[in-house]
Amino acid sequence: MGKTFYGVELPNPLMLGTAQYPSPAILEEAFRASGAGVATVSLRREGAGGAGQTFWQMISDLGVHMLPNTAGCHTVKEAVTTAHMAREVFDTKWIKLELIGHTDSLQPDVFQLVEAARILSEDGFEVFPYTTEDLIVGERLLEAGCEVLMPWGAPIGSGRGLNNTYALRAMRAEFPDVPLVVDAGIGLPSHAAAAMELGFDAVLLNTAVARAGDPVAMAKAMMGAVEAGQLACEADPIEARDMAVASTPVIGKAFLT
Amino acid sequence: MKIVLNGEAREVAATDLAGLLAECGFSGRVATSLNEDFVPAGLRAAQTLTDGDRVEVVAPMQGG
Repeated sequence: MGKTFYGVELPNPLMLGTAQYPSPAILEEAFRASGAGVATVSLRREGAGGAGQTFWQMISDLGVHMLPNTAGCHTVKEAVTTAHMAREVFDTKWIKLELIGHTDSLQPDVFQLVEAARILSEDGFEVFPYTTEDLIVGERLLEAGCEVLMPWGAPIGSGRGLNNTYALRAMRAEFPDVPLVVDAGIGLPSHAAAAMELGFDAVLLNTAVARAGDPVAMAKAMMGAVEAGQLACEADPIEARDMAVASTPVIGKAFLT
Repeated sequence: MKIVLNGEAREVAATDLAGLLAECGFSGRVATSLNEDFVPAGLRAAQTLTDGDRVEVVAPMQGG
């Protein structure tokens, strides 16, 4: 069985973002067709038309777990305030904590991340930190109160897949009992499957589905991939080797030369 | 009084945060901050406004 996320057992290992879809109807269909059990959401300034209320209705009708983010926050103060607002609006203790440290790569500022994670954990939040694959940072985040780690596969929206499988594998080995999620950078189902084959507990992605030519089909493809990868990991895959090893038995082969 | 609401300068009659939301037509699921500090829903009525205050009103939105 998969690990729980702050006591919540998820129906499957796919966490899906809700941004950038061609239309709300396609977003909704992507969730329904794939069966993704977690939706990442955000907070933005409300306009006079009440666009946020329409979105809220649609997303709550999906019946999925909502994981609000602190996207775009660059300081501890900003992220903590955003988290408080998100807790009130979405009525959840879950927060995907993002502290952006670099404009081009959107790389997390891990120093501020650890500080914000400690403040929020002490305040009763259940923090899902968007982090790098750095083991020491992972250790500090756990000390700060996090019970989940979400290292990036590659920069957000880049679709490059797993840039550093060596480090992700090391992270899995270092934290065997901690739920680990590859968050960001996934472009293809094969990337998502690879993360699961490494033993990760879930994959969080958005752009790869939302910006695909057919987001609904891609959402289903991603679900197939994470489930295949999870099953493969549980099935204890063979080790790769350099030389061929015949799979068909030699014994009993007819003598024909 | 003059305040800044979601980045825009506004002239408003309301003297507290709850009154401001009503005056500007906000309802449903929104969260508020005053001068970059979170103000919980239950404290909005008691939160008086002063000239030049910066108010943010946010709502659920798509995110990754």
